[in-house]
Amino acid sequence: MLVNPVKRAYLTLESWFNISFGTEWNPLYHLGTLSFFLFWIILVSGLYLFIPFHGSVAGAYQSVEYITHEQWYAAGVMRSLHRYASDAVVITVLLHMFKEFASDRHRGFRWFSWVTGIPNLWAIIALGITGYWLVWDELAQYVAIGSARLMDAIPYISGAMTRNFIAGEMTDRFFILIEFLHLLGQPLILFFMLWIHVKRLSNVNINPPRGLAVGTFIALLALSLLKPAVSQAPADLSTMPQTLQIDWFYLNVYPLLDYWSEGDTWVLTLSITFLLMILPWIPPKKSVPVAVVDLDHCNGCGLCFDDCPFDAISMQARTDGKRFEREIIVDPDLCGACGICAGSCPSSNPFRTSRGELKTGIDMPQLTVDRMRSITNEALAAMDGELKILVYGCEHGINVSRLDSSDTRGISLICSGMIPPTLVEYALKKGADGVMVTGCRQNDCYYRFGNRWTRMRFDGDRKPILRGRADRDRIRSHGGSELDKNGIERDLLDFRGKLLALNQAEAVSSTSLH
Amino acid sequence: MSSIHNKPLRYLLQAFNYFVFMALIWYFATEPSIQILAEDEAMITIAFAHAGELREPCRKLSNEELQKLAPNMRKLDDCPRERSPVLIEVMLDEERIYHQTFYPPGLFEDGSIDVYYRAKIPAGQHQLQVKMDDSVREEGFNHVIKHDVSIDPTHILLVEFNSVKGFSIR
Repeated sequence: MLVNPVKRAYLTLESWFNISFGTEWNPLYHLGTLSFFLFWIILVSGLYLFIPFHGSVAGAYQSVEYITHEQWYAAGVMRSLHRYASDAVVITVLLHMFKEFASDRHRGFRWFSWVTGIPNLWAIIALGITGYWLVWDELAQYVAIGSARLMDAIPYISGAMTRNFIAGEMTDRFFILIEFLHLLGQPLILFFMLWIHVKRLSNVNINPPRGLAVGTFIALLALSLLKPAVSQAPADLSTMPQTLQIDWFYLNVYPLLDYWSEGDTWVLTLSITFLLMILPWIPPKKSVPVAVVDLDHCNGCGLCFDDCPFDAISMQARTDGKRFEREIIVDPDLCGACGICAGSCPSSNPFRTSRGELKTGIDMPQLTVDRMRSITNEALAAMDGELKILVYGCEHGINVSRLDSSDTRGISLICSGMIPPTLVEYALKKGADGVMVTGCRQNDCYYRFGNRWTRMRFDGDRKPILRGRADRDRIRSHGGSELDKNGIERDLLDFRGKLLALNQAEAVSSTSLH
Repeated sequence: MSSIHNKPLRYLLQAFNYFVFMALIWYFATEPSIQILAEDEAMITIAFAHAGELREPCRKLSNEELQKLAPNMRKLDDCPRERSPVLIEVMLDEERIYHQTFYPPGLFEDGSIDVYYRAKIPAGQHQLQVKMDDSVREEGFNHVIKHDVSIDPTHILLVEFNSVKGFSIR
């Protein structure tokens, strides 16, 4: 299977982090939670800095100097943490965007999260800009004048903002306005926008693994101690600095103003924003059928409601007069068509009926549970090797059809989470020597929870569980991306060996009994 | 793809990753620095708000016209709202460095314009001339200031305008 170069680059980076951090701590799997963690650092350090900070033209610089030099061991470190955590957020957010784009998780039903994410990036940048403003050093002066020029260039807005920054015109009132924006207005808007951003997700986690959080904090603390954040010369509106050290994570647009007009700078910024906004439709994702509910086979247990990664399933009072209390409904606009719900439905049990069509409470029209059972039967019948191994694989991970051989058949699923545990049991009962289920790389499921729920179901930690009678030695889970074909081949070879040994042992035991 | 099981090596690799992450922040938080002015450069800034003169002069209302108006609406002058565009021209050492016409904003073209212009200039002695034509009813520039100025490197020479006092340089 051909992997596009952007995705290959991302997967290579992900592999590197998996080697060094493992799948549990891989920062690329926790970019959202890591960003939230950095926000907490920014919030706590910001609150601490607010106490000694003096919000006035005359007092701001002096108070920041006090923070930086007089109390370097506490407030100074807090200032550096505040600054570097802010820089780190830009990196984590950009990586988050790159990841979603490279792994094609920005199109189709995911357009909402992508589109609502772009303004978040701008809100973060704007928050950083007002933060630099508060120091009221030469950099703040540069940022303030640049921002005012950009604001003044907006049509129908009174073009008087720049005149606040000519010698003698700067007032405390304006300064307090910026202070209010940075301390309250912008953070509140940002948190509201973040809430909107994750609104179409269920089981949202905002805390990174403890080890990753500790590592990140120690790294930021070390940087803060080695290179404390300092101010530049105090602002002087009657002069211009000759050179400035600028924070490229936040202030990269300002040097453009030295070469371009404000209007051209706006056009560039808005064009980039527009391009990012329309990415989910370049090209549009082919629409696929969403999950379909069959109330005749639904008892309203709510397992699919619990497992849906995209909050597409809701529960309501029964409408068909059956004795059950509740029923489920699927919102087609939110449904990711992953099939995890079909895997969670207790009715998706291939043992229920051996004749006729197998109906279940919630199913995927493009790959029904009945069809999965038929494919399983066909695959078992098609193998004539020493062993019969079925490999159920998610279509976003390893291409399992490439594993086909005389003793192995790959069955491609929408997501590994759509496999009902009873189907594994069924396959073993119908003659499979072993069943392997392979999803995306562990903790990086294309549909968020497919491989996690499957593993938990197999381990008996999440309903519907794989029953005790299923021989665990003949079942194996694997995770991998398109780049990990060698890994699964090695795992499959090992699995073959184990299954052969098991068969031999069982044959010996059976002979000795006779 | 699988992680390293040797714990010290694993932590060492993690430390390396954190190092790269922090090195990125270390560098781009301050570098590369930008040059705004050269050593021998200064800056001129022209900043003011101003409403151009009315396009048409006010007209005295006749007694008949006044009588037709409601008592509370009677005023002696009828002034049209539209204002003249404002032309600004800046000459530095006899060389024109800025020439811009500002059109009055608003539905009735009656708003005041905001001028903000800045340019880098060599520090030292200069002859600065700022001219403004803010009336379509008068020919040529009706507000002019011409000064010999001396400006130190990095300093900002500020030109302002006040409709009562005219141009001023500081």
